[in-house]
Amino acid sequence: MTAMIDVTDANKTFTMHLQGGIELPVVSGVTFQVNASECVVLSGPSGAGKSSILKMVFGNYRCDSGRIGIRHRGAVIDLASAEPRQILNVRRSTIGYVSQFLRAVPRVATIDVVAEPLIVNGMPRTDAQQRAGNLLRRLNIPERLWQLPPATFSGGEQQRVNIARGFISDLPILLLDEPTASLDAANRAVVVELVAEKKRQGVAMVAIVHDDEIRHLIADRIVDVTSFAAAA
Amino acid sequence: MVDQAALENDQPLLVATSLSKSFGRIAACRDVSFSLYPGEVLAIVGESGSGKSTLLQLLSGQLAASGGHVSYRMRDGVARDLASLGEAERRFLYRTDWGFVHQDPAQGLRMAVSAGANVGERLMAVGWNHYGRIRETASDWLTRVEIDTARIDDAPRTYSGGMRQRLQIARNLVTEPRLVFMDEPTGGLDVSVQARLLDLLRSLVAELNLAVIIVTHDLAVARLLSHRVMVMKGGRVIEAGLTDQVLDDPREPYTQLLVSSILPP
Repeated sequence: MTAMIDVTDANKTFTMHLQGGIELPVVSGVTFQVNASECVVLSGPSGAGKSSILKMVFGNYRCDSGRIGIRHRGAVIDLASAEPRQILNVRRSTIGYVSQFLRAVPRVATIDVVAEPLIVNGMPRTDAQQRAGNLLRRLNIPERLWQLPPATFSGGEQQRVNIARGFISDLPILLLDEPTASLDAANRAVVVELVAEKKRQGVAMVAIVHDDEIRHLIADRIVDVTSFAAAA
Repeated sequence: MVDQAALENDQPLLVATSLSKSFGRIAACRDVSFSLYPGEVLAIVGESGSGKSTLLQLLSGQLAASGGHVSYRMRDGVARDLASLGEAERRFLYRTDWGFVHQDPAQGLRMAVSAGANVGERLMAVGWNHYGRIRETASDWLTRVEIDTARIDDAPRTYSGGMRQRLQIARNLVTEPRLVFMDEPTGGLDVSVQARLLDLLRSLVAELNLAVIIVTHDLAVARLLSHRVMVMKGGRVIEAGLTDQVLDDPREPYTQLLVSSILPP
């Protein structure tokens, strides 16, 4: 079976031109695979490069070398060398990303923020909003907030809106960057449930989670990022 | 909405090849090449004097290039060199298939005639002659850009800055263009008005599957609206790519400076 994500020998260094051009090696030789129905958790101390790897897999950070193979509509595409519009296509129909922070568009209602990924893929607005409502309800966002833009919500509420937006699509790959960081126990449990459902649907996931208990509950495999530490 | 297959297999709408422009000894634009696909939003960013606006004028045929050329795929599917277009084709582009949203709405609107006439005029230019239908369509478009239709008979000089800008957008989009050029469309508006306009632009662009080339010095505008970005400095494109890649992982010293110069709110 072909892996959904196949990262081979990926390297990343930041060159900080404003700080006299110092080179900041981030990761090197990153190699791992993720199959369908599997959740791989990246582990390692803060600053080891976990988020950077996730961003490389999403095509948000560029790689200096190496390969980010993504199974996209039956073929494998290398995001490290793909054209911008190919990357956008991959994001629209293959890879979802749940970041730690919600980047809210001013004025857009919460329900539409959540429904948007479905609408972009052609689902009628009312159906998309219904699914968005179901997910918001599960994540304990009260219905009276749905028509408000999330910009003024608390950190935890914003993160749950972000999770709803990330989990609403039926994309075959999901990347999760600390999805439970500012959630209470009840909402953490909902996220664990959502991850389990995605696995049953065959979704391949890569996650960063600091909470040991959550990691234990969702991880099928752990990839230790310290082995990719770039030689400084 | 966006047809996936069409998006992937489609031919570029506009192709710029080695575009250059000099004003005397000053090279305002040097060797710019790129392709724009249907439905794609490209932001051109850079500081004042970097050549952004010159490039926009070259691309939209308002300024003749000193070197290089621009080709545009007409509705019949054939790509044509802009410089070789006949008068009728050129008129078709300006009046129908292209839009141009200026920073100053007074440049894109007729300030003394009614809002309805401003929108209707573009339709009459392409042969609409049924007054009732023109007015109905104009009124629809005012609603889409969130202008109270009770103001349809008022001239834009009685409008606020934000309303004028929204009217200019309605006037441009009423003919269902495939490509819209925008020059700092949110410049000069206060922030709350800006946010509303950006949100409106963002949804219209997606709904109509518009291709857009937008010049802005505001990286937040580029992030919100564009798929791709080109960073200009001294008339050259120094860095280009997916918008979030360029803004989150800038490579060139100048791009890093731009990104790090944003004041947090």
